[in-house]
Amino acid sequence: MDLAYTPEEEEFRARLRAWLTRTLPLLPPKPSPDDWPARRAYDLGWQRRLYDAGYAHVHWDASPTVRLIFLEETERAGAPYVGANFVGLLHAGPTIAAEGTPAQRERWLEPILKGEEVWCQGFSEPDAGSDLASLRTRARRDGDVYRVTGSKIWTSHAEVADWCELLVRTDPDAPRHQGITWLAMPMDAPGVTVRPLRTLAGSAEFAEVFLDDVPVPVANRVGAENDGWRVTMVTLSFERGTAFAGEVVACRRVLAELAREAHGNGRWDDPALRRRLGRLEAEFRALWRLVQWNVGEATENGVPGAGGSVFKLRYSHARQQLYDATADVLGDAALDLDRPWVLERLSSLSYTIAAGTSQIQRTIVAQRVLGLPKGR
Amino acid sequence: MRFQLTDDQRALRAGVREVLARRFGPDALRAAVARPGLDRELWRALGEAGFFALRLPEARGGVGLGLPEAVLAFEEAGRASLPGPLLGTHLAAGTVPGAAEGETVVAVVDGALVEWWDEADVVVGEGGAGAVPMRSVDPLTPLRRVPDAVACTADPVAVLLTAAEQLGTATRACELAVGHARTREQFGRPIGAFQAVQHLCADLLVRTEVARSAVYAASVTGDAADAAAARVLADEAAAQGARDCLQVFGGMGFTWEAEVHLLLKRAWVRARRSGGAEQSEELLARALLSGTD
Repeated sequence: MDLAYTPEEEEFRARLRAWLTRTLPLLPPKPSPDDWPARRAYDLGWQRRLYDAGYAHVHWDASPTVRLIFLEETERAGAPYVGANFVGLLHAGPTIAAEGTPAQRERWLEPILKGEEVWCQGFSEPDAGSDLASLRTRARRDGDVYRVTGSKIWTSHAEVADWCELLVRTDPDAPRHQGITWLAMPMDAPGVTVRPLRTLAGSAEFAEVFLDDVPVPVANRVGAENDGWRVTMVTLSFERGTAFAGEVVACRRVLAELAREAHGNGRWDDPALRRRLGRLEAEFRALWRLVQWNVGEATENGVPGAGGSVFKLRYSHARQQLYDATADVLGDAALDLDRPWVLERLSSLSYTIAAGTSQIQRTIVAQRVLGLPKGR
Repeated sequence: MRFQLTDDQRALRAGVREVLARRFGPDALRAAVARPGLDRELWRALGEAGFFALRLPEARGGVGLGLPEAVLAFEEAGRASLPGPLLGTHLAAGTVPGAAEGETVVAVVDGALVEWWDEADVVVGEGGAGAVPMRSVDPLTPLRRVPDAVACTADPVAVLLTAAEQLGTATRACELAVGHARTREQFGRPIGAFQAVQHLCADLLVRTEVARSAVYAASVTGDAADAAAARVLADEAAAQGARDCLQVFGGMGFTWEAEVHLLLKRAWVRARRSGGAEQSEELLARALLSGTD
């Protein structure tokens, strides 16, 4: 067991840290969290800076350890999140890189890395959330286009996206997991309607997307027809690997700020609250170690293991506990939407739902990790 | 960063597991419950295997290994529910004659409690003489209570090795529960096919793996706050894990014959050691405020 980094990794860290120190003061002021056009411009501007400095590729071809260092250092320095670029950089991009043709890689990868095009994810449907395989959006082959009809939901950043990684059903008679195809759909195609949805936090983060006979070129299909489920699973396993590493660093910072706030407002004198914060500190220390452990596994075995589901289950719950603790520290101020942490507390409620609910994750752990029989 | 066990560490763990399976398997555990008392022969065998002298330098007759290896050995001891003042004797190796070899059994006055006072050859710490016997909840850990005990700051190594034992209990609880869920049939199918049981088992594993990464990391860093974090999570993984395991076993789990209650009771006893979770949580809260990492 060894938690030390190699000299090359330490050099990467030092170089990145120096670059962040030079670059972050040059950034424009952060836009309001609700202003998505402004956030798109801001997030893509940050991506362009990463590209010019040679860091754009980190998520794609660096070792898991270097990627971990990247996430740790950018978060520690308070650098912007991937934000609007999330799906392109962490999901559609890696999928196209792994499964796309040379022409497809040529067309789509560089604009993602340079921060020129934004992607959204057209996976979930009103009747197909965590049960993704029951999706019903139809695509009918018509010459050299697919004609797509149906609707998608919970589509983050849809109104500012240029492309949508779309899962459609191309063979309605095939078993559920077969008959699905992965398409890159231009968001300005005729027949695409985006209706923003308001979250319980009051913001318009995601949208419903209605598709009415939308023509999508067959050339935009990634992978074979009816092979979309496998194409998707390739990238979903990566999403559950180190995707939350930066967030754990952020939670640790919030927790330290919370302790200082409690110390300042007198709540620190309550031993029950102090111990609760101490327990959260244990939790986030351990989650950071679990990230490192998973990275070690990925380094050894080449792919992130089932540790991703273990991590996601625990982390999503811990994040909610952290923000619930902010309410006990803030007291009445926890009801004021203009105070720090109040919106994050509301947003944290999505963590046990998005990217596979906690219940789905438990079933995955029980069946795939512990080998319990499939059942009802 | 290779936060994985080395081949040597895997071999050590397998070796300890093998010794314990041979000398203290589930049948021996049941027999020990029927006839409580310290098995001196087993104690000496542990001494010969280097359990107590593991971290003692070779120049002083020890094995010369470090905290990560000790953590693996203690995890295995916890997994086997091995009784006896393992921690006291291990910590006394090199200072109390005979402890390293397993010839001398060493108990420790730990706050208001002493484990194994009557069976020990040597008791380390103040106030043991006035300690009053109590009817211990754990049939395999005799306890005495020290009146007017003074709280003291716990040794991070004792905190961490206790956490390692708790991790072993959590691992065992998960193994037992999953094994039972695979084989026990109700309503014409293994109970592990039911989602309610699957989710109990998944939670058992998640708590265990979170505790494991915390315990192993603390053994590498040797940091007091990391040890405190490891203990908080390992206590939870062991005690809640044993409870969930008991639930998976159903009525069988509530019987004296099943091993499950022994896991839970030992987890409770260990949770009171070294200042308990209270002291660890307070230490972590202070670390949070002082900004130490």
